[in-house]
Amino acid sequence: MGTVRRHIFIDAPAEEVWALVGDPARLNEWFPITECEVSRDDGAADLPPTKRWITLASGLRFEEQIVTLDHDLRRFQYSIINNPIIKSHLGTVDVIADGDSRCIVIYSTDLDPEVMALVIAGAAGEGLKKLKNTFSSDSTTSQRTGAQ
Amino acid sequence: MGRKILFITTDQQRYDALGCNGGSVARTPNIDRLASEGINYRRAHPQSVVCMPSRSTMITGQHVATHGVWMNGVPLPVEAPSVAATLKGAGYTTALIGKAHFEPFLDPFLRFTENQMGVHGEFNQTHDGRLHRGFDHMESASHGATGPFHYAQWLLRNHPEAAAMYYRVLDMELQVSAEGGGDTRAPQAHDNPIPREWYHTDWVVDRAIAWLDTLSSEADWFCWVSFPDPHHPWDPPASERHRVDWRDLDLPDAYHADSSAREKVLDQKPRHWRMWYDGKFVSNYEAPARWVPSTLTPDQIREVNALTHIENELIDEGVGRLLKHVESRGWGADTDVIYSTDHGELQGDYGLLFKGPYHVDSLMRVPLIWRPAPSAGVAPADIDAPVGHVSLAATFSHIAGLDRPTYTEAERLPTSDNESAELGHERVLTEWDSVLFGKIVRMRTICRDGWIATACLPGTVHDGSEGELYDLANDPLQEVNLWDDPSRGSLRSELLADMWDNLPVAGAMRAVDAPV
Repeated sequence: MGTVRRHIFIDAPAEEVWALVGDPARLNEWFPITECEVSRDDGAADLPPTKRWITLASGLRFEEQIVTLDHDLRRFQYSIINNPIIKSHLGTVDVIADGDSRCIVIYSTDLDPEVMALVIAGAAGEGLKKLKNTFSSDSTTSQRTGAQ
Repeated sequence: MGRKILFITTDQQRYDALGCNGGSVARTPNIDRLASEGINYRRAHPQSVVCMPSRSTMITGQHVATHGVWMNGVPLPVEAPSVAATLKGAGYTTALIGKAHFEPFLDPFLRFTENQMGVHGEFNQTHDGRLHRGFDHMESASHGATGPFHYAQWLLRNHPEAAAMYYRVLDMELQVSAEGGGDTRAPQAHDNPIPREWYHTDWVVDRAIAWLDTLSSEADWFCWVSFPDPHHPWDPPASERHRVDWRDLDLPDAYHADSSAREKVLDQKPRHWRMWYDGKFVSNYEAPARWVPSTLTPDQIREVNALTHIENELIDEGVGRLLKHVESRGWGADTDVIYSTDHGELQGDYGLLFKGPYHVDSLMRVPLIWRPAPSAGVAPADIDAPVGHVSLAATFSHIAGLDRPTYTEAERLPTSDNESAELGHERVLTEWDSVLFGKIVRMRTICRDGWIATACLPGTVHDGSEGELYDLANDPLQEVNLWDDPSRGSLRSELLADMWDNLPVAGAMRAVDAPV
């Protein structure tokens, strides 16, 4: 089992950052993937998603089980499932307030085979930088909220 | 019209692989001729003994501490200085054909430019209007038929049946595979039925010639031809296996067939040596995680060496083909050829294979030959002064008639003993840092005045007090570690002081983005 962690401080309120990070369907807005789809096992459209499929630029597609989506704790956890390579996985993203106008985002991954943890950590590092840029002072409100 | 530059590198090739350096098995007449007509550096070291940091030094002219690619998996930033960009700015047309490896290979997110180019069939990309690493043309290959490389795409497109012929480098855990093959079940030995003309060595030569043929006769060009071999897996085309019968080979001088003698040598060295040998501490991804070196048999060493010699012969023939083509284009008199490799290979020394934090000649002493353009009238020479890859960027610039780039950290390579002194080639430095899931190894090495001194910095198995000190004149195999010899205490201190005085101070260590 490989365990890795990346973090970044962002000069924005935790609830604002969580609005993006805590929406599983918007992963492609900050993580280096090309497509992201979510659904529920029971098909109930008015309830939070339980499944996510992501597609990488290489064309690889991953099925993920959403394990935790806790808006109070601001914690998102997911697990890659039904994958011939990945035996065990838990990814955790925490958004923790550091005062009213700053927060830290922590992306942790525990993964077997351990080698893949390094690769996901690399992608997470890039994602966190993009997240920080999204909330930098010169970003537009529409970028932050995802409004069209 | 200026001097052209043909820079030829191999991957993981020992100094003694070549006839001109004492090798007696592989026939390497073309490279030997470069050495006899040019300058053969007898004590050249890389600044790192793994691929990405070493190659980053070649292109930047900087020590590892400065370019910051401190282990495989740490990408060289796209904005890092590049001697190819400097040459491009001076009017050269530039190409890199073969193994680049400035960016991680294991990249399912396809985050890195060089991998994107391979997958999408592109030959250059720009960042803020600047060519990626200064190359007009990049065409990539690695050690087999998989990965985001032009060669792999070409093979899959044209000869899909060949993809499965190569050894599969990674196992199902994505670790460097320990699976054995060949006659002896040696790790990463493999019978590869691929026709020679489809093998990556010949492909690299074919593509380099094709690129040269796009140039006008008047062009000034810099072509980095980068062979993936003889890096493992040891799987040359089966049609070539007749060249060397492993049963005919002697064992390496630094291999003691008697295990107690072998282990006695290891026990004199810092503890990570013996711990790896016993399978108790695999510190780096480059060695198979599930292979225990103490299980290595003499016949396995012979077979690995035979396959390596075969791969080296194929490289030499490729070099010959390249040189003939350069001559046929009328460039022969005006082309400088520089030949080297990124680092060595243990190849059975001390009962070990592959590479890792082991700063001895097996990994650190590399072939380095500069055959200046005949029109330059430089006399052939053998140079004993310690030099390193860190001098390559300044050397290429010198050939192009440019001042030494300000970003480089070493003077150009010398062409004579006098120049060695004038240019200050007194020492060569090599760094090692690896952090792999909490296993940390850090080493710093100096070679000067016929000595190699290595300090093991505090890490997982070192407390900062261990190290290695070898007398190259009296102990060419580095079997007698004098680090703790009281009579050598002041020498050790002087060497280390000189090392720290001349090694750049590292910045913050950038994150590892992949294992390799």
